[in-house]
Amino acid sequence: MIFDEMSGAGGTGEVRDSYRTLARWLESAPADLLSSRSRQAELFFRRMGVTFAVYGDVESNERLIPFDVVPRIIGASEWNALEKGLKQRVSAINAFLKDIYGPQECIKAGIVPADLIFTNPNYRPEMQGRRPPGDIWSHITGVDLVRTGEDGFIVLEDNCRTPSGVSYMLENREMMMRLFPDLFAEHRIRPVETYTDMLLASLRASAPAQAGADPNIVVLTPGPFNSAYYEHSFLADKLGVELVEGGDLFVNADVVYMRTTEGPKRVDVIYRRIDDEFLDPLTFRPDSAVGIPGIMAAYTAGNVTLSNAVGTGVADDKAVYTYMPEIIRFFSGGEAILGNVPTWRCREPEALKEVLSKLDQLVVKEVGGSGGYGMLVGPASTKAEIEAFRAKLIADPDDFIAQPTLALSTAPTLDGGRLSPRHVDLRPFVLSSPAGMRVAPGGLTRVALKAGSLVVNSSQGGGTKDTWVLDD
Amino acid sequence: MLSRTADSLYWTGRYMERADFLARILEAASRLAALPAKDAAATTAWASAIASAGVAQRFSESGRSPSERSVREFLAFAPENPTSIKACITAARTNARSVRTALTIELWEAINGAWNGLGEFGEPSRRDDFVRFLEWVKGVSLAVEGASSRTMLRNDAYWFLRLGAAIERADNTARLLDVKYHLLLPADERVGGQLDYFQWTTLLREVSALTAYRWVYRESVRPWLVADLMVLNRQMPRSLASCQGMIVSYLERLATDYGRRGPAQRLASTRLAQFNEAKIEDIFQSGLHEYILGFLKENNALASAIHDQYLV
Repeated sequence: MIFDEMSGAGGTGEVRDSYRTLARWLESAPADLLSSRSRQAELFFRRMGVTFAVYGDVESNERLIPFDVVPRIIGASEWNALEKGLKQRVSAINAFLKDIYGPQECIKAGIVPADLIFTNPNYRPEMQGRRPPGDIWSHITGVDLVRTGEDGFIVLEDNCRTPSGVSYMLENREMMMRLFPDLFAEHRIRPVETYTDMLLASLRASAPAQAGADPNIVVLTPGPFNSAYYEHSFLADKLGVELVEGGDLFVNADVVYMRTTEGPKRVDVIYRRIDDEFLDPLTFRPDSAVGIPGIMAAYTAGNVTLSNAVGTGVADDKAVYTYMPEIIRFFSGGEAILGNVPTWRCREPEALKEVLSKLDQLVVKEVGGSGGYGMLVGPASTKAEIEAFRAKLIADPDDFIAQPTLALSTAPTLDGGRLSPRHVDLRPFVLSSPAGMRVAPGGLTRVALKAGSLVVNSSQGGGTKDTWVLDD
Repeated sequence: MLSRTADSLYWTGRYMERADFLARILEAASRLAALPAKDAAATTAWASAIASAGVAQRFSESGRSPSERSVREFLAFAPENPTSIKACITAARTNARSVRTALTIELWEAINGAWNGLGEFGEPSRRDDFVRFLEWVKGVSLAVEGASSRTMLRNDAYWFLRLGAAIERADNTARLLDVKYHLLLPADERVGGQLDYFQWTTLLREVSALTAYRWVYRESVRPWLVADLMVLNRQMPRSLASCQGMIVSYLERLATDYGRRGPAQRLASTRLAQFNEAKIEDIFQSGLHEYILGFLKENNALASAIHDQYLV
């Protein structure tokens, strides 16, 4: 039975409390109002250039992410519980990273297997023994959540490398306020626009001790051809800091500088949107054209803060994910408030056998994959696709995990001028710094626009919605 | 400001200005080709447009020969011409996009709108569609300049944007004036005759200066006065002297903001001083074409000095 965000379990029940005002409004709205506002939104987005690049799509290498004008609403008490769970989880992630690159108590205690960490491609031996300011590793964490029923959310995936999508959270809100001012008057919606202030404060608090009262903060982007470039420039703009590319920075005597029209200027904090492997051609991939030679030396000397820290990928890996409930218990001393999706680790022979026996019912994911690529959605695949995947899985079981296909909740979505239920997920953003943790009241709701589809990734035809968190 | 940001702003300014110039050159060529004269005159008009745009070599290498259709297509759209109108607007937008944060919303929307407009126009080949396209290009550059002048803070971002436009405009005015050099008069037409007169008039019209000319000189169009207007007259906003004045003032604003003068400032003010002493008679005496070639060379030298001082 599929849970609907507006009408509850089965989609036939009474309208849920948080949706009551919206439902009334929808009933009284003229038939073509939503369609016309939807066209208006697309026009605005195109004019502003809010686009993302799609790899391997030469024809339209700049595309708009489809925007659905029907908001996704979360009630105050639902949100409060969720926020508590998010803080617990992200605290544990930071404690876990501190431990992995420090005393490794959780390995000694048998909470996570050592080989899973040390053979993990995202584990960075360069970071062993390092302690970033305040022991904060994942400054910005995006947690992907889904729900299958009234009782709370479950975590699908943690993102502690360079989570993206926050610009859509902010732009979608701006757009909705422009399109539906009357709806905002009738609801008490918690603002998300403070996110960038919170982010700036968080980055400042994470600066190296010697940086002084006014640290020089920059956003580091791989460049305009990156799929999330719009977001990088949007964030730099809202933060009021420079958007730099690798070529704008250089390292001299373990200090990072940027080239300016007035000569070199020292850099203290880098909010980097470049993966670890590409950061420094001297340490990682020598063919990286977007990195800065010597930046790892400056970083390990403690002269610059990288946000997120190098090596955080070991915590959001899909194989480590399966140990999250134990990790949370170990570091927080309590049970995880947000559950995991039950997961088979294909590296365990028993689990693999079970997975192979019901491939057509499961979602199988590559441990290191992202963006919805390289995964099998059993129920939606042909026999041939399943068999091809089976071969891959048998050849390299360590690379895969499997999960049951979840009955993701749906939310009313505009399709062909009518409202239809479409599957959604939710990615809230959690900020951590030596000064504390903050969660932006909202997030990115992604929606699978095709009827029945469970894949919400923008690169696979997913869209987004504004996410409203109601005040008490 | 990041050197790369300054560089992108500077080139955004240059490319938008150049797109406008190409539209004007193409309009000039249409008018010149339509003058009552022998067939050869029309071909000369189109060939002169290629020469003025500074792409003669690339044009002939592409295997084209000058005709209305080939020149229009080459200067406006041809993929093998890296400075076509389409390429310029695209490059301006790419540069602007990479420094999106240094631009106001209005300016970005004007530039991004220009780029979206390229897609909507396609590549019109019918004469009336093409004329509308050129009108649109000129409108776009007005919109971009208006948006920057009305909405941008007067700080280094603005000075670099304007500096690029001024350097490019100086280059373009010089080249436009040189069109006349390439427009050989047919053997049976005399200098100062009807066709000669029309050619000069067309040049004025293309820099929107025909009325200005009448106000300034109060007599019929004469070559040396046209040259005076476009080279030395400080009232004329795109004369070489005016462009030089703008370049100097933008560079001085940068020097004030940054508290430091450098080679670019020194070079630019030396050149401006030369304009103050120049006389159009002397310029004509030693050859307008040669003067223009000399000017273009110095303009490039100044562009390199700006590059070395700020943009790397």
